[in-house]
Amino acid sequence: MSEERPTPLSEEDTTAARKAQKRRNVWLALALVAFVVLVILTTIIKLSGGAVPERM
Amino acid sequence: MSSTDTVDMMQTRPQPATAGDYVQLMKPRIMMLVVFTAFAGLVSAQSVAGVAINPVMAAIATLSVALGSGAAGAINMWYDADIDALMKRTSTRPIPSGAVPREEALAMGLIMSGVSVLLMWLASNVLAAGLLALSIAYYGWFYTMLLKRRTPQNIVIGGAAGAFPPVIGWAAVTGNVPLDAWLLFAIIFFWTPPHFWALSLLAHKEYEKANVPMLPVTHGAKATRNQILAYTVLLAPLGVLPVFTGLAGLVYGVAATGLGAAFLMLAYRVWRSDAGDAGASGASLKRAKGLFAFSILYLFLLFAVLIVEHGFGAYLPVPGLV
Repeated sequence: MSEERPTPLSEEDTTAARKAQKRRNVWLALALVAFVVLVILTTIIKLSGGAVPERM
Repeated sequence: MSSTDTVDMMQTRPQPATAGDYVQLMKPRIMMLVVFTAFAGLVSAQSVAGVAINPVMAAIATLSVALGSGAAGAINMWYDADIDALMKRTSTRPIPSGAVPREEALAMGLIMSGVSVLLMWLASNVLAAGLLALSIAYYGWFYTMLLKRRTPQNIVIGGAAGAFPPVIGWAAVTGNVPLDAWLLFAIIFFWTPPHFWALSLLAHKEYEKANVPMLPVTHGAKATRNQILAYTVLLAPLGVLPVFTGLAGLVYGVAATGLGAAFLMLAYRVWRSDAGDAGASGASLKRAKGLFAFSILYLFLLFAVLIVEHGFGAYLPVPGLV
């Protein structure tokens, strides 16, 4: 019984896929950093008492 | 048609996904309207309640609403990938076009849901975070998974999901949701059916093909035109109601009256037309398209005037009312 094997990606496709993966990793890293910055920012504002709504 | 067949219909694209594909997953056009209405709620609450929140916290709260909207959009696209592949209007979306794998969209939606609710909690309060979580679940689960493929009232009941943002914005400032916030909710809730059904009059064949029970598919175009007019008759006076509670001023009152009258006129023209019927004239379809486009402008302008009145000091009380 012959098993159908997936066609291997061409060199060009592999390079493109790796580049895309790298790009995605950079975006994910940036998103993570942004999340950490936002959490730190809200913490600082809360600790300084700036999060309480002020009467206008 | 089985779901395996429809999954097979999804094209496998040789090019890897771009950042734009992931942005498309978040339904950016819906996100813009969601953020805009949430911002209007946030600005109005500060002015009406006479309190000001830290601008950075306000910005993070607004960002949380945007992330929550994007999360719900991604979950919706994950679940609806099979029917999206069948409809021309949606077949180019990231999942049916083969750009983004389904499981990636789901992961993105779930992670973003958690992040948005957590950020909202940190930036404001538990009520706003809870309402944001509720609205994501309402759209991503209740509307997408339970209502959409089961009942022609899908967009009426599901419309509540899109109506939450101004309430969330309000809660983020004051920590409560008074009548004024629910008024803004009601405006979007009653706006959704005429807005969406105007589009479905144009795309009913596509919904039929995908077996989605939209009103024109299950009850016909005439019943849909009747419902569009009925909801617009309710919406037009409702749009003016914030003036009577003191939430909105003179500028809003004039704008809401004029815009409501125009909405009614366009809905009446669609009601008189044969839009959605087999062999409908080009003029009728143009009327439905016109109503759909105007409905977006209506909501945008109504909330824009609220922002101007409360955020830029243009609030003029209506004589004899306040």
